This record gives sequence, C-alpha cells and structure tokens, in this order.
Amino acid sequence: MNVASLSVNLAIPEILIATMACLILVAGLFGSPERSGLLCYRLSIAVLLTAAVLAILGITSDSQLAFNGLFVDDPLAELLKFGICMLSAAVFIYGRQYNLDRNLFHSEYYVLGLLAVCGMMVMISANHLLALYLGLELMSLCLYSMIAFYREDKLAVESAMKYFVLGALASSILLYGISLLYGLTGSLHLPEIRDAIAGMDHSNPALLLGVVLIVTGLGFKLGVVPFHMWVPDVYQGAPTSTTAFIGSAPKIAAFALVIRLLSGGLQDMHDVWYQMLIILALLSVLAGNVIAIAQDNLKRMLAYSTISHMGFFLFGVLAGNQAGYSAALFYVLVYAIMSCGAFGLILMLSRKGFESDLLDDLKGLDRNSPWIAVLFLILMLSMAGIPPMAGFFAKLAVIRSLVEQDLVWVAVFAVLLAVVGAYYYLRIIKLVYFDPPTAPGSIAVKPMSLAVIVANIGILVVMLPWIGALIELCRHAIRGIG
Amino acid sequence: METPLLSILIWFPIVAGIIILGVGKGPQHDSLVRKLALGFSVAVFLFSIPLYNGFDRTSASMQFTEFHSWIPAFNINYALGVDGFSVPLILLTTLLTVIVVVAGWQVIQDKVAQYMAAFLIMEGIMIGVFSALDAMLFYVLWEAMLIPMFLIIGLWGGPNRIYAAIKFFLYTLLGSLLMLVALLYLYRQSGGSFSILDYHSLPIGLGAQIFIFLAFLAAFAVKVPMFPVHTWLPDAHVEAPTGGSVILAAIMLKMGGYGFIRFSMPIAPDASQELAWLMITLSLIAIVYIALVALVQSDMKKLIAYSSISHMGFVTLGFFMFNGQGLEGGMVQMISHGFISGALFLCVGVLYDRLHSREIATYQGIATPMPMFAAFMVLFAMANSGLPGTSGFVGEFLVILGSFKVNAWFAILAALTLIFGAAYTLWMVKRVVYGKVLNDSVAGLDDLSRREFAMLAILAGMVLLFGIWPNPLLELMHASSESLLAHIEISKCPYACR
Repeated sequence: MNVASLSVNLAIPEILIATMACLILVAGLFGSPERSGLLCYRLSIAVLLTAAVLAILGITSDSQLAFNGLFVDDPLAELLKFGICMLSAAVFIYGRQYNLDRNLFHSEYYVLGLLAVCGMMVMISANHLLALYLGLELMSLCLYSMIAFYREDKLAVESAMKYFVLGALASSILLYGISLLYGLTGSLHLPEIRDAIAGMDHSNPALLLGVVLIVTGLGFKLGVVPFHMWVPDVYQGAPTSTTAFIGSAPKIAAFALVIRLLSGGLQDMHDVWYQMLIILALLSVLAGNVIAIAQDNLKRMLAYSTISHMGFFLFGVLAGNQAGYSAALFYVLVYAIMSCGAFGLILMLSRKGFESDLLDDLKGLDRNSPWIAVLFLILMLSMAGIPPMAGFFAKLAVIRSLVEQDLVWVAVFAVLLAVVGAYYYLRIIKLVYFDPPTAPGSIAVKPMSLAVIVANIGILVVMLPWIGALIELCRHAIRGIG
Repeated sequence: METPLLSILIWFPIVAGIIILGVGKGPQHDSLVRKLALGFSVAVFLFSIPLYNGFDRTSASMQFTEFHSWIPAFNINYALGVDGFSVPLILLTTLLTVIVVVAGWQVIQDKVAQYMAAFLIMEGIMIGVFSALDAMLFYVLWEAMLIPMFLIIGLWGGPNRIYAAIKFFLYTLLGSLLMLVALLYLYRQSGGSFSILDYHSLPIGLGAQIFIFLAFLAAFAVKVPMFPVHTWLPDAHVEAPTGGSVILAAIMLKMGGYGFIRFSMPIAPDASQELAWLMITLSLIAIVYIALVALVQSDMKKLIAYSSISHMGFVTLGFFMFNGQGLEGGMVQMISHGFISGALFLCVGVLYDRLHSREIATYQGIATPMPMFAAFMVLFAMANSGLPGTSGFVGEFLVILGSFKVNAWFAILAALTLIFGAAYTLWMVKRVVYGKVLNDSVAGLDDLSRREFAMLAILAGMVLLFGIWPNPLLELMHASSESLLAHIEISKCPYACR
C-alpha cells in the first residue's frame, strides 16, 4: 500500500474539517469563554466555507476512488458536500445570538458541529459499508451531544436521550442488515455487493431479511412513518439552533445514505425495497400532513412537515431509476434550504427567555417586521409547493417521476395530501399577515444573520429562471454515480 | 428582433409592483404610491393597445409568439402567444386594473403600497395565464395568481375574511392539483412535451379523454365557478375589498371559461361531446337555480356574486353547444360580464364606503341624494338583466340563439333567466335606488366624486359600446372560434372510441 493509491487529495475537505475541528478544540481552551467562543465560531464558519468552495470546485470531475476503494468522489458527493457545508455555516450564523443568550456559545458546540459535518461528508463519499457506518455514527453521536449541550433544559436532555436510544436502535438494525449482506456476499464494498447480488437468487430469505433490516434502519434515520416517533420530540426539545442543524444538513446526508445503499448496493433488489418504500412514503405523507394540523408548537409542526417531506422524497427514490433519483436529489436540496430557512426564522424571532416556538408567537408579524413576514410568506408557500416557489418544482419533479412509473394513483394521493398540507402552511401565513400583533415592537436582527437568511429564503424565488440549470446539475450528479 | 410585447405586458406590472413595494415604506409615501400605481397601470394599458391593433383578425394561429427554453430537463418552455380568445381577455385585464387602482384610491388607507403592488403583480400573472402556450408555464401562473388574491382578501377584507381567504385558496388549489396530474399524464402520452398546441393534435382514446376532461373540469369548474363547486365564491366576494371583488368577478372567473376553450375542448374533443350533457345540465342548474338563490339575498355583494355564477352558466352553456353563436356568445358574455359585474361591485363599493353596509335594507331612495350614482346603477342593472343596447344583451342573445339550434328546451330554460335576472337585479335597484328616503344617513349622502364618476363612466361607455356595436369584439375572435369548432368536429379517435 503506498500513499499514491490512497489518493488523499480527494478527501481534502474532510481532512480539513477534521483537522480544524481538533485545532479549534485546542484554541477554545484559551481566553475567556466568551472570547474563545467567538473565535471558534468564526473559525468554524471559515472552515465550512473553505470546504464548500473546495467541494464545488471538484464537481466537474468524474467518479474517482480513494483509500483503496473505501471512499468515492463523484459529482454527487461534491454537490452534496457543498450543500451541507453552506447550510451548516448558515445555521451557525443564525444560531449565534440564540446560543449566546442560552449559554451555548462555547467552542465545544462548534467542534461538535464540525465533526458532525465531517461525519456527513464521510457518509456521502462512502463506497464501503464500514465507511458508511462510521460516517453515520460520527454524525449521530455529535448530534446527540449537541442537543444535550443545553443541559439546563430538561426537555433538551430528555429529547437527547430519546434520540440517542432510538438512534442506537436504528444503527443496530442497520448494522444487522449490513452483517447479513456481508455474510451473503462476502464483501463490504458496495460495488462488489451489487455484483454479488446480481448473481444471486433474489428470493433468498436471508437476503430479503437483510434488505428489510436495511430499509428499516434507513426509515428510522429518515424519520418516516412508522419509524418517526422520535422526530417531533427531538425537533421540539432540542435547542432551536440545534434543531436547525438537525433539520437541514443531515437530510442531505440521509439522501446520500439512501442512494449509496439502495442504488449503489441493492439496485437489483429494487422490486423488493420499492414495495416497502411505497408504503413508508404513503404513510409518511398521510400522517405527517394530517398530524401537523393539530400542532400549536411551530417546531413540532415543522417536525411533522419534515415527515411528510421525507415521504415525498421517498416517492422520488422508489422509482429506482435516474429520473427518480435526480428528482429526489432536487427535492432534498430544496427541502434542506427551506428547512434551514424556517428554523433560521424562528431563531431570529427568539430572544433571551423567549423561544418564539409557538404558532401564536407569530401573530401580526407583518405589522412589526414586514420583511421578515415576506420571508415567512415565501417559505411557507414554497413548503406547501405553491408555484412559483422552488418547492413546487421539487414536487413537480417527484410527481412527474411517479407518473412516468405508471403510479398515477400514488400521484393523485400525494397531490390530494398536498392540499391538506397547504392548510397548515397557510395558517402560518394567516397568523403572520392577518392576525393583530400580540406584542408591539420590531425585532432586532444582526445584519449578518439578516443577509444570510434573505439569501437563504430569497433563493427559493430568485432561482426561478435558472431552475432548469439546477435540475440539469442534479441529473449530472446522478449520472455520475452510474 | 421583434418587441416581446407579451413579455413586457407580463413582467412590466410585476416589476412595477416590486418597485412600489420598495417605495412605499410608510404612510408618508402613500400618495406617491397611488400616483405611481396609476401611472404604471395606465402604462400597461397603453402597452396592450398594440396587441389590439397589430392582431391579424383573419388568422386563427397564435400571434406575438415568444419562445425560450426554461427547464430543458422536463422540456418546459417559456412559450407565449395569443389568439382571438386571449386578446380580448388581456385587454379586459389591463383596463380593469386601471379601474381597480382608481377604486382603491381613498378607500385603502392601510398598507397602500402592498395593496397596489398586489394588484399590479396579479395583473402581470393574469396576462401570463391568458398568453401561456406551455402547459406548465400556464399552471405555474395559474396557481401563482392565488397568492396575491389570498393576501388581498385576507388583509383588506371584511370581518370574516380569514375564513373566506383560506376557503378560496384551498378550493382552487384542490381543483388545480388534479389538473396538474392530467397535465403530467398528457406530458407522458405526448412523449415529453408540455406544449398546449401539441396536446391539441395529440391522439387520445376516449377513456383517457374522459379522465383528462374531468381533471380539467375540477380545475376550471371551481374557477368559473359551476354548480356545485361554487360555494367559495359568495364568501370570497362578500369578504374581499371592492377592488378584489372586481378582479375576482371580472377576470379570475373568466380564466375558468378560458380554460375550457384552451384545454378541455380542443384536447379532449370527443369527451367534450360525450360529456356535453353533464356540462349543459350543470350550466342550466347554475342559470336557473342560482338565479333563484340570488333573488332572496339581502346582501348586495352576495346578490351580485350569485348573479355572476348564474351569468357564467350562460358562458359554459354557450361553449358546449359547439356552434359559432354559442361559442362566440359565451366569449362576448365573458367580456361583457367583466364590465358589468365589475361595475356593479364598484357601485356597491361606492355605497359601502359611505355607510359601511352592504345590506339592501340599509338603503332606500338613494336616487334623491345621489342622482348621478342612481343613473349609473340603473344602467348597470339593466345591462345585467340583458337589456338590448347593452353588452349584456349581445352575449345572452347569441347563447340563446346557439342553444336553439341544438335543443329548443335549453333555449327556453336559458331564456327564463332573463326574467329571473331582471327580477333580482331590478328588485334590488328598486329597493336601493327608488322609494322614499327613510334613513337620515342616506339623506345626507354625497353624490359621486370625480374619481368615482370617471371609473363608472369608463365602464358604462364600454357596456354601451359593445351593446350597440359588438363587431370589433366578434371580429377579433371569429377566426379562432371557427378554427376551434372545426377542430372539435374531427374526432381524435376515428376507431375504437364509441
């Protein structure tokens, strides 16, 4: 084994983030907690932006292997890494004031964040089941700690515990599935597994069990019905700055997890996992949209909305072809942008001692801060999938792939539930615009956060003329995985 | 390169709306905002005149076409063009937006910039709907239009505005999403095209045609609105501010009718013929039953809202007669109803601004303090009940003539409403305008201001112009209507259909 065959250069963004996370951890030891926190916060954002630039520069390259085939670097990976780094940086910026007010503004918080990002990036580039699992666990463990970081808050600690127990359960189910696959195919390399399965009897019970366990594990990680129970509690209980983090970048990583496993390793078992995904997706869209109506907590409502969005995302995946995968990719990217913006807005509105996570806290926002209200309007319409917002085109891509698959009835079902979904998004617009304000005074927002959130949410409308190019980019990325 | 006239008509008002949002930062800018909005809307109207002058009336093909690739991955294009059906509707839109801006001049004191911007942005979107030749572009604009209307009803509406706004939004959304599925199905059948004109020539079996027709019906029937999915309309109308009601009645409802002409009839001609009985039945129910409902209303806005549904029944009845008189009569009825219902809502608005009541019982003997207003109101009421010499007569007469050719009973039933229409409108006029002044507050009312006079006078002029001389309008659409009828005559499935 020599260094050249390792192709270390392909993993420079990961290496950069991991190294800098260690350095920042050390740097955080010096100076007062306030000052070191600020320093580490700034450094983390700089690191994330650098990694994002490095990732996007490599997007034109072909698929290349590194670390003796453990690690794959293809356009899809670069695109996803870019998205993750940008969104994480945005989330850190939104959460600054919130973390300061709640004594979370410590170097360790940002180190955990960076390590989670590193885990996601490893997961994205994994070409080997152990690398995949390593990335997944690195990400998950950091996320659990980022929730428990708010240790003065009972709800946060409780939700960290729930997340940890269910996350560990999910990981073990996934691991069991992986071990079955390993036993059957004798390999942990995804391409080798794929080749081995192609030559096997697809009705082999052990293989079927392996697939079922893997899909179940994925279901837990994605938070789709009936494995969704942790999602609302975690979203609500976690400090909002962490919820924003959990709600955005890991969704992109989850896409990679699904694609690497189902498309990379188990493509030939499509007719098996397709049936499972269709049930998971239908249930998620149904339960997510219907239960969201009954929520009065904004974070919890967004959690149910996530569940329904993940169901929609699976509608794209279950097609099992390039058109479906690229639709799902586009969907997940748009969704992550929307989710990041939504929690960003909640973070802007919260103050010391005031979480601003109840629906009623939004009343009359238009009177006090008309521009924030416009952002809410764009965001909610986009989440509801109303054109001309980007959310519509994401739904369109997915529904189109359903119709191509002759699943017109599923398309009609999805569309009808979109109307149910529209109701609770409209309710937010109603609160923001039509109701009289409960508390006077406008919201003071740091110009930096404001600029980022305007860009974050504005892109959902501004991208309209270039939507064709973005969809083409997603297709290019999916073609790259072959 | 030719001037992209349609793009200018779509994007100029939208950009103007955004500029107005940027300018109007507080109440101190309100008067500037109003002037800007008027200037922009008049400019759009002037821009739309070349559309009328430059339109080749002898051709049924699309004119002023524009084509740019938008989302190549799905073959979605920015394709625009107009024919004889869209030009009159676009002109109606540009004219009425000016009137709506004027109507909101004094009434709207709260968030003036947002109000004016919402109407300008909506104008651009509506023009886009009438000129889109790509089904997905059409769909995007069709839905996007809901957003400003939702805000207009919810922000500046009456006491029950929130219920009305959400009901309006969800009703229309449900209908349009089913249309989306139909469009995607057509996309697949046509081998990956979203071009509406491609769909026109696409051969489809009868079963699929019926499915497509019903999906389109869900979208268009809600918009028209047809019985039994009309219930959102009275709520939305009653709660919307005057300007919102005018745009809703005068233009948005026409989009449903336009949809039938542009999508349902040419794409699914055999299903249109097969299901004509359903359309005719629903239209006749709307015409007769809704007219009876209108008769018992005590709220003026509600009365006019129901009258709109009844009059739109004429439009759909005319369309599904599949003959020249019916089709052109339906189109004339749409345009004429745009002027008349808009004017009637403005009349109610004029009264509402003074006494803040829409109840018929509040007013009596308006003619004494407000003679000028009374003259206008009587004129529009006459036009609404189809008096010869007004544009209301032309449309209804043509539709009745067209339905006589098909079945005398349809004609008789439809003609019945001329009586009901006259009954509910004139009865309202009698109770509001005439009689003794019993109420002191009515006695002290001021007559029309110059601003109000101007907007009603323009509409009165249009109503009389097209009533006496409808030829310019008929001439515009004649070639397109003949070509559409010829297209429907040719079955899409010569074999295996029936």
